[in-house]
Amino acid sequence: MNREPVRTTTRPKLTLPEANRDHIQGPIDAPYLLLEYGDYECPHCGEAYPIVRAVQKQLGNRLCFAFRNFPLTNIHRYAAHAAEAAEAAGAQGRFWEMHDLLFENQDALADKNLAQYASAAGIDARRVINEILTGVHTERVREDFRCGARAGVNGTPTFFINGARYDGEVEADRLIAMLVNSD
Amino acid sequence: MVIHKSTVLPAGTAAPDFTLKSTPDETVTLSDFRGHPVILFFYPSDWSSVCGDQAALYNELLPEFQELDAKLLGISVDGVWCHLAFSRDRKLHFPLLADFEVKGAVARLYGVYREDDGTSERALFVINAKGVIHWSYVSPVGVNPGAEGILSALEELRNKEETK
Repeated sequence: MNREPVRTTTRPKLTLPEANRDHIQGPIDAPYLLLEYGDYECPHCGEAYPIVRAVQKQLGNRLCFAFRNFPLTNIHRYAAHAAEAAEAAGAQGRFWEMHDLLFENQDALADKNLAQYASAAGIDARRVINEILTGVHTERVREDFRCGARAGVNGTPTFFINGARYDGEVEADRLIAMLVNSD
Repeated sequence: MVIHKSTVLPAGTAAPDFTLKSTPDETVTLSDFRGHPVILFFYPSDWSSVCGDQAALYNELLPEFQELDAKLLGISVDGVWCHLAFSRDRKLHFPLLADFEVKGAVARLYGVYREDDGTSERALFVINAKGVIHWSYVSPVGVNPGAEGILSALEELRNKEETK
């Protein structure tokens, strides 16, 4: 598989998952839509990761979950490469495996760790590192970031539930209640 | 709590000029940026968590602000040494101005000084290339207003420029 990074020519929808560009889990026409703007080095995003998992488990195929990058690269030194590693894994068809490994190993996100996770995900680690170092996915990550800034993301994680920004506590029960009741 | 939101300088007002220290031996004068849009970002204090998040967000968006030809200036009543330490800690790449002596003088000029706290409001001004306020916004002190309003205001300015 040799997929190029997916960039969009028109401005993507800012607050809803998009099938043609986003990494999504669950059917795009699911009744409940959850979009996260996150940073792999952000501890709050790390705390949110198992909560999103719980929400997905509970709602199953009724939920479409999408993840977009919002790395704060000046305060998180590894966040940019981590985001690009996930995109590079996505180019080899293993975005979610890498996404999970990054959140499960937030305290080890140096390039050598990223290479290990790529191998663990069963993909070509050299290609992943090469794509990071040559900036193949930089613009895609930046596009996510710009979308987030225009959507009103002011920190991470920021969730959009059925298209509306969610400012409440990040707890599974509350996310589920909002997803089910807000459309 | 006394909040004088009505005193905030509105769009269409000439932005009061000022000169403030950005480091122990450098100053910044607003009118030096004439010809470019300026984002004035008043915040209550260095180090508080919301300010940190807001500064971190704008720091990341500097390439976008630059693309829109805009200059970003942060202002609080903290002194230059405090600003320096905060700026280094957060790796900020835009100036933080010390509205420190006379304390809050510039915040008062823009109508965003909080007498009861001795700090400024969390307030945003987008000033056009001619030095006129194009957009202003005061956020609740504890709420990070994000960047959407700034980006929209700057895009409006750019579109106006293009249709001239």
